[in-house]
Amino acid sequence: MSTDNQTPSADDADPASDAAELQALRERVDELEASLSELDDGDEQQKLTIVATQGSFDMAYPPLILGSTAAAFGWDVVVFHTFWGLDILHEEKSKNLKLSAVGNPNMPMPNALAAIPGMDRMATRMMEKKIDENGTATIEELIDLSLESGVDLQACQMTIELMDYDEDDFYDGVTTGVGAATALQHMAESDIQLLV
Amino acid sequence: MSSEYDATETLDVKGQSCPMPIVKTKQAIDDLESGDLLEVVATDSGSMSDIQGWAAGTSGVELLDQVEGDDLYTHYVKKTE
Repeated sequence: MSTDNQTPSADDADPASDAAELQALRERVDELEASLSELDDGDEQQKLTIVATQGSFDMAYPPLILGSTAAAFGWDVVVFHTFWGLDILHEEKSKNLKLSAVGNPNMPMPNALAAIPGMDRMATRMMEKKIDENGTATIEELIDLSLESGVDLQACQMTIELMDYDEDDFYDGVTTGVGAATALQHMAESDIQLLV
Repeated sequence: MSSEYDATETLDVKGQSCPMPIVKTKQAIDDLESGDLLEVVATDSGSMSDIQGWAAGTSGVELLDQVEGDDLYTHYVKKTE
């Protein structure tokens, strides 16, 4: 630093104005530091919001697996279930979720065969058998685990009414009475947002 | 199983696949005291990477060792807080 640090300027001659400016700057720095430390405080716990829109057997797994695993990491997890995704939380419907054989290129059968009545049921049974053999958890087990570990499973109120469901139809511990605004609020606060 | 570690408790997740080894490990750790050592025995090969990732991303736990045997993956997780 040079010893000659007096830059000539218009307010150079006015020490009172300099002092006031310095004071204002100091206050501004304090303010910014305070808001920074607030941000740091909120950074401790990761937050994940998943929006689950699909209710087929296979699509029920990703949100439940990611949600329960994130909870095991100690994250704050919200899964907002809307449209067909709501069936995952429906106690009765969740036990009868189907895998679609039609239009599913992963199925070892042509669409013409897959469209025969009963094929979805068969495909689902085959998948359930594989899941059992592989030691993969059932949908019900994953829901219980998720709720147990503090995952907030939310049922979209609009969809509940649209589908003529009742709030008692859902697993105990499921949050009802929430809508898009709640979901958006959680998404805005989250580090990770996923649409499944 | 012979081991150089003196585990406080052993969690058997043999035959279970993702995400069970992680979720059960977390639950078991929650039930332990600080300083305790949990031995997790799994058959899921994915548990090697998963337990490592979980331990790295979770405060209050330390992964001491992972032993790969014949289709058996044993993890030693210490509760530090």
